[in-house]
Amino acid sequence: MIRSLSLTERQLALTLSVGLTVLGLAMAAAARQGPMAVHGGMAMALGIVLVFAVGGALYDPDVTADRAGRYYDDPTRFGIIMSLIWAMIGMGVGVWVAALLYWPEATPLWPWTGFGRLRPVHTTGVIFGFGGNALIATSFHVLQRTSRARLADAVSPWVVLIGFNLFCVWAVSGYLMGSTQSKEYAEAEWYADLWLVVVWLLYFALYLRTLARRNEPHIYVANWYYLAFILVVAMLHIVNNLALPVSLGSTKSFTIWAGVQDAMVQWWYGHNAVAFFLTAGFLGMLYYFLPVRSGRPIWSYRLSIVSFWGITFFYIWVGSHHLHYTALPYWVQTLGMTFSVMLLVPSWASAGNAIATLNGAWHKVRDDATLRFMFVAAVFYGLSTFEGSFLAIRPVNSLSHYTDWTVGHVHSGTLGWVAMIIFGAIYTLVPQLSGRERMAWPRAVEWHFWLAVTGTLIYVVSMWNAGITQGLMWRAYDQNGALSYSFIESVQAMAPYYLLRAIGGALFLSGAILCTLNTRATMRAAPEGAVAGDRPLTPQPAE
Amino acid sequence: MSRSSEHEAEIDPVTGYETTGHDWNGIRELNTPFPRIVIWALALAFSYSVIAWVLLPAWPLGRDYTRGLLGLDQGEMAVEGYKRLAAVRADWLEPFADGDFAALSGDGSLMARAMPAAARLFADNCAACHGAAGKGGPGFPDLSDGAWLWGGTPEIIAETLRFGINSTHPDTRISQMPAFGRDGMLPPEDITAVADHVLALSAGKADADSPGATIFADNCAACHGEGGTGGLGIGAPVLADDRWIYGGSRDAILTTLKRGRQGVMPAWEDRLSAAEINLLALYVARLGERDAGAGQ
Repeated sequence: MIRSLSLTERQLALTLSVGLTVLGLAMAAAARQGPMAVHGGMAMALGIVLVFAVGGALYDPDVTADRAGRYYDDPTRFGIIMSLIWAMIGMGVGVWVAALLYWPEATPLWPWTGFGRLRPVHTTGVIFGFGGNALIATSFHVLQRTSRARLADAVSPWVVLIGFNLFCVWAVSGYLMGSTQSKEYAEAEWYADLWLVVVWLLYFALYLRTLARRNEPHIYVANWYYLAFILVVAMLHIVNNLALPVSLGSTKSFTIWAGVQDAMVQWWYGHNAVAFFLTAGFLGMLYYFLPVRSGRPIWSYRLSIVSFWGITFFYIWVGSHHLHYTALPYWVQTLGMTFSVMLLVPSWASAGNAIATLNGAWHKVRDDATLRFMFVAAVFYGLSTFEGSFLAIRPVNSLSHYTDWTVGHVHSGTLGWVAMIIFGAIYTLVPQLSGRERMAWPRAVEWHFWLAVTGTLIYVVSMWNAGITQGLMWRAYDQNGALSYSFIESVQAMAPYYLLRAIGGALFLSGAILCTLNTRATMRAAPEGAVAGDRPLTPQPAE
Repeated sequence: MSRSSEHEAEIDPVTGYETTGHDWNGIRELNTPFPRIVIWALALAFSYSVIAWVLLPAWPLGRDYTRGLLGLDQGEMAVEGYKRLAAVRADWLEPFADGDFAALSGDGSLMARAMPAAARLFADNCAACHGAAGKGGPGFPDLSDGAWLWGGTPEIIAETLRFGINSTHPDTRISQMPAFGRDGMLPPEDITAVADHVLALSAGKADADSPGATIFADNCAACHGEGGTGGLGIGAPVLADDRWIYGGSRDAILTTLKRGRQGVMPAWEDRLSAAEINLLALYVARLGERDAGAGQ
């Protein structure tokens, strides 16, 4: 991968690697102890490895002149590999903590093995590690193809990918050491947050610079979604993580927000992480890979554009539905509820547009497991957005809030929609990037599909049952006005559902393991110097 | 397909719609008319929202907000809900507020209504330490065995509930087993001797002339009573039986003697109402009367 850089780019890469080493050293020296010192050491070690890797290839032959006429796919390959490695970690920990809920006495005695530390390892691992890497990797691919332009430069995609993964490793290892901001999906401490801001702004700049070089007159809708994802996530991340560190050498920081404002900012962030990280970016993925794989035109151009603006406009209002019946003023709750209901319209319009696109390609859906992944993703997208709007209605929320129904809803979105569209994209991309027709083990894709669908259904149905049971037990009164059940009885009632959930998760994980092995086999079988077998990049002036 | 056709609209043979003429790496779009149903759905969702905004508190106005025609207020609704529930409970819960336990236990129909609620109250507030059936566990007394530290009448139990033991309440009950070993109050050989004596007391085979018995009389009997029979109502357990809070093995007794014990029971006065405390006191007293073995 270093040989794909020009000689001057290698010098820049070497300088940046030295810079990372120095930064790591400075962090470790400032902190002296605790997670920040360990993280400084990690950055320093990574920097040294990169210095040697780049330095060793510094005087290798320069890139050939025709490089500018080819797409740059090495970062996409790396991103897909990192995505699958994080899938193993994140989903593995997910299944483990799901099992702990059924067998709590199996928790080992070391502090880092406790549920409280492992749970954010699961969420960060799957959302940022698995989902984030997949988004970055596919965005580079989609951006280049739909713009007919090579990435604006060759160094910044690597800074983005390596920097993003360093953030993920810092976050996850910090939780294991007991370091957390206690903000859901934003647990990483201040220095990791600052690092992510730098990485993310570089990503945004790279995206805009490449888009500016496009050879197509129009910007394809997938790029609108990817851009919304990058821009809004930057805004959310910065606002929610505003904090004052105890000192520049301290791991610990305190948020600048207080009380119910803190809760509101957190859920404005939290729900829009769902909206712009887990929805907008993946809709970009869907809008590219679904028509490519099915060979069908997008059913409605108008619907795709109107839905985009509908989704971006409505989503940003709805975070307060996470705080129904709390100290948050009623009027904020009403706004969150009503915008959540209106949000259903553009959400279903997007899902409908995706499914209608398959008209004329249903025989392919039947025969091709890869396309079936994307179809199921669109269906689950529709289901979970309906469920989301429904749960946001205040009286419904009074039953579902604080129960496992929420957990089921999130997983119908993340397993059924987000992970399925990632797998569909990976199975489309990996053979193409490896210069082949199909994956190394085509049968394994079929197996993976059924494992994923079965696992998702078992997971979601068991959590629906669990959540509704909890909600009904908590609000049941006998004829004397006394509670019908004690809390512990509602916990005991969860046992069968928690067992089923762990089984469903394990099925889903085994499918993801198959995908990882299949991807590894496919990439290894690629001929030396394989290039993506799609349309060549031939510069053509914009109209 | 030829490059020249890339930017010209075509008719899609499957749907019969024209394409828009855009082409991105082979991706095209149909120029399908905007679906009418989406507009209707949006109108419907928007009408729902407008109705909700008119009826409920909704839009901010500087320091105020639109109150909504229904005049709903979250805080008032919560208080009303609580009052409604309290009214349903009043006829069986209120009688417990004054704590005339003899009269309360005598009222069979009242007890039949109140005891199931007491069981849930116990499960939600007490069972985490004392166990679902009140059988206790290591460090937490068994409430069902009829052996009491402070006394087993509902009046005494109610006071323990209200103020706690070694709690932060100003009127808390205070009870400490000193750390005879750690604080150097007894030499190690005396501790071993008294531990053996305590074991013998529990087994009913105590030798009154043993050195342990003398040490016990000098250091322990003031709280645990002559011969470890307890009953002084100061929180020191009976030692002449086979019931233990911290374990009855020789090791556990040695640990108790060396390091002391300061078990804590929280004060519930600010958490539960007087009626609920009295209800629980009666429930716990009855657990003790049912005695060990009768529990499920």
